[in-house]
Amino acid sequence: MNQHLDITLTVNGDRVSRRVEARTHLVDFLRGDLGLMGSHVGCEHGVCGACTLRVDGDIVRGCLVLAVQLDGATVETIEGISDSGEIRDLQDAFIARNAAQCGFCTPGMLMTAADLLQHNKQPSRDEIREHISGNYCRCTGYHAIVDAVETVASARAGKV
Amino acid sequence: MDDIIDPRSIDRPNSYIGKSIPRPNTAKLVEGRGQYVDDIMLPRMAHVAFVRSPHAHARIDAIDVSEALKLPGVLRVFTAADLAKHVEPWVAVLVHMKGMKSAPQYPLPLTTATWMGEAIVAVVAESRAIAEDALGLVQIDYTPLTAVADMETALAPDTPVIHPDLGDNLTFERVNESGNVADAFKAAHKVVEATFHTGRHTGVTLEPRSILADYNRASGRLTVHHSTQAPHMIQGVFAKHLRMAEGDVRVICTDVGGSFGIKVHVYPDEVAVAAIAKLMARPVKFIADRLESFSSDIHARDHRITARMAVDAEGRILAIDADDLTGIGPYSVYPRTSAVEGNQVVNLLGGPYDFPHYRAKTTVVLQNKAPTCQYRAVGHPIATTVTEGLVDLAAEALGMDPIAFRLKNLMKDDSYPRTSPAGMRFEGLSHEKSLGRLMEMIDYPGLRGKQALGRANGQHLGIGFAAFIELTNPSPFMYGIGGARISAQDGCTVRIDPDGSVVAATGVTEQGQGTEAIIRQIVAEAMGVPIDTVRVLTGDTQTTPYGGGTWACRGAGIGGEAALQAGLATKEAALKVAAAMLQAAPDTLDLVNGNIVTKATGEVRMPLAELGRIVYFRGDTLPPDLPRELMQTRHFITKQFPFAFTNGIQASWLDVDTDTGMVKLLGHWVVEDCGRIINPLLVDEQVRGGVVQGIGGALYEHCTYSPEGQLLIGSMADYLVPMAAEMPDIHVGHVETPTKESLLGAKGAGEAGTAGAPAA
Repeated sequence: MNQHLDITLTVNGDRVSRRVEARTHLVDFLRGDLGLMGSHVGCEHGVCGACTLRVDGDIVRGCLVLAVQLDGATVETIEGISDSGEIRDLQDAFIARNAAQCGFCTPGMLMTAADLLQHNKQPSRDEIREHISGNYCRCTGYHAIVDAVETVASARAGKV
Repeated sequence: MDDIIDPRSIDRPNSYIGKSIPRPNTAKLVEGRGQYVDDIMLPRMAHVAFVRSPHAHARIDAIDVSEALKLPGVLRVFTAADLAKHVEPWVAVLVHMKGMKSAPQYPLPLTTATWMGEAIVAVVAESRAIAEDALGLVQIDYTPLTAVADMETALAPDTPVIHPDLGDNLTFERVNESGNVADAFKAAHKVVEATFHTGRHTGVTLEPRSILADYNRASGRLTVHHSTQAPHMIQGVFAKHLRMAEGDVRVICTDVGGSFGIKVHVYPDEVAVAAIAKLMARPVKFIADRLESFSSDIHARDHRITARMAVDAEGRILAIDADDLTGIGPYSVYPRTSAVEGNQVVNLLGGPYDFPHYRAKTTVVLQNKAPTCQYRAVGHPIATTVTEGLVDLAAEALGMDPIAFRLKNLMKDDSYPRTSPAGMRFEGLSHEKSLGRLMEMIDYPGLRGKQALGRANGQHLGIGFAAFIELTNPSPFMYGIGGARISAQDGCTVRIDPDGSVVAATGVTEQGQGTEAIIRQIVAEAMGVPIDTVRVLTGDTQTTPYGGGTWACRGAGIGGEAALQAGLATKEAALKVAAAMLQAAPDTLDLVNGNIVTKATGEVRMPLAELGRIVYFRGDTLPPDLPRELMQTRHFITKQFPFAFTNGIQASWLDVDTDTGMVKLLGHWVVEDCGRIINPLLVDEQVRGGVVQGIGGALYEHCTYSPEGQLLIGSMADYLVPMAAEMPDIHVGHVETPTKESLLGAKGAGEAGTAGAPAA
């Protein structure tokens, strides 16, 4: 339980080396060791999706992955993909459509929405609802989020 | 109050009220750059974890903490006895609710655990993980006692009394009666009757309860970062129960990750954290995990209501007679009390309808389950579900269409002001107009046609309606009159800075609904400045005017009016200075788009920044006796009505699988009259979010207990909240009947969706 291991990984483009307790979850490592507070802890059971982030290009639950599993991995958090501008259009659509209220689910929701649009350029409303069903939001009732994602998908399709 | 103006009728720049303007706060939230309590790290910060009772009801015989203290990284372990001498206990009753009783409560219970999940021992360690490691090393000897689990038998003679000093398990009862119900039922053409059960559920804020308390022994000041809806109330509570002066307690709430009423109460474990911080004189953090949230956040809506309705041969409602029984857990929750929900039920039953005879009784009992208290739309979903259930049964018994029956019985739009059979005073509602608007939005004959067609093919499509009223903008008659130190008044301070920008500090708080956004709109319009030059401060007892915070939809109605008046006063103060500088009469000048202008012509005379520069840096150039008060505070409290009421109607279109009982939602429509709408974008999303929370309560969410009082849910995989795939699109329409109590006319919009959706 108290065993410590050394890991080196890339987080938002920066190389990071740390000695971590074997039991530390990725999201606790990011928040506690690196001060990246954008990934939120909502349930610690892999259900709510608030800690969704990206490891080697795929979205994962930060509360179901151990930091020590990620030696050599590339991790991207909401802070990283905000700074890179990758999801600026999604973020602008969330702001314009009021698709975030308390904001606690929002980083994870955006991670999942970005993942959907990477794999499905023109999702239907039902497909959007299905894809974000692993991300709980207690404030919006989801309608505005679906609107925002749909708007961005259409805009991106128009640009191509 | 005859000179009401429609703020939107002012045809000029800076007319922001009524416009769909995105929230300024969202920009940081979408980048994960908000600041919730758990994001704050302080030097020497310690973490608390609680040993919680595994029993619903048990005597605590002995506690041994010696092994826990040996674990490296554990700093202190506190038992009930350790904290009790430093904390004044509380009893959650309101004196205006006659006969109400509850037992004294301490941060940790002294002798008896009374619900599964109650905090018994606090472990403080260098990290949360170490604190949790130590929980298993605390040895507690319990003698299990018979649990009072079933509210139906809570008052039976052979049921144990949870707090022997109270004499029985009854917290409160009240009969609300008018007219002659007995005669009305005798004379009725038809009587319909039903028993309704509303499942116990909880708020599931995605950010769990969070508190970080820090005590500076040298200055004697306690600073509390808290995820709360009511910072000033919490300041007062911590001061009183930790025996400090209110001025020595500062409560700060930055971003709050959902509240819904869950975060407006005093939780014993949070008082323990504040007390521990004071005793240890260092920062102490407690963040509830999800299991702790389910077992120790307040629950709500555990009711059984038996109700009947009498109607005459013409289809008019004659009478409603209802008996409500509700179990609230082992303690009434401080300081709002847990009798309010039942009290609301007997105040709100039959609310939208015009009928002469009424009797409703609520019986509020104690039980060994998690305490219940006010959750979004307190009591409303229960009252609406019962009322609309009876309305549909009555329409069916009479062979009338449910819409025709409602139209016949809804209060007429021209009949206000009036008082309901339950004694509620209505200033002005719009049930008829709202129903008319709903009929424009849905194709009612078309849906009935589809329903008939489906039935012929074995498909069970349903369309349900729910008219509702919702109580907002409470006056001191809600809590203050009962002795609770909860402000019904709120204030706003508006200040012009040297660069001409404006800062507004308000006592109402932001939990994502858009409080800061609407205050910004209101102040910018009242002042006549560009909206992006206004910054809003909330959630800090040290820097905002004293107020009640945000609950019961009072942000817009109370906080909004204070902001409007403070903005107008600050503008007037600025024009006085400008008049002296420009050697003009103040009433010939105006403030438009951040510039002082000649009112008659619109000619720009100088920017507000120039006025700021002169006042702050060259005050020597102004007449010596000229007041230059570029900061004004105004407060607002409702005076004419104890509460404002909003109203509306909802419709739900769904498909029931009669083999599995699964319900597929196909569409949902809401018409709401929340008075003056300050921001339609935000109001619509409040309504939609509220509807989904209401649907969750009706179809998915349930805090289940075993007959022994064991909570059977442990994670979000057991307690289902609505997910995106199972929710329908929600269509929102509006009618606007502003309140005349304020210039702004806003009533509040946060709870209406939840009030009506379960019933529809």
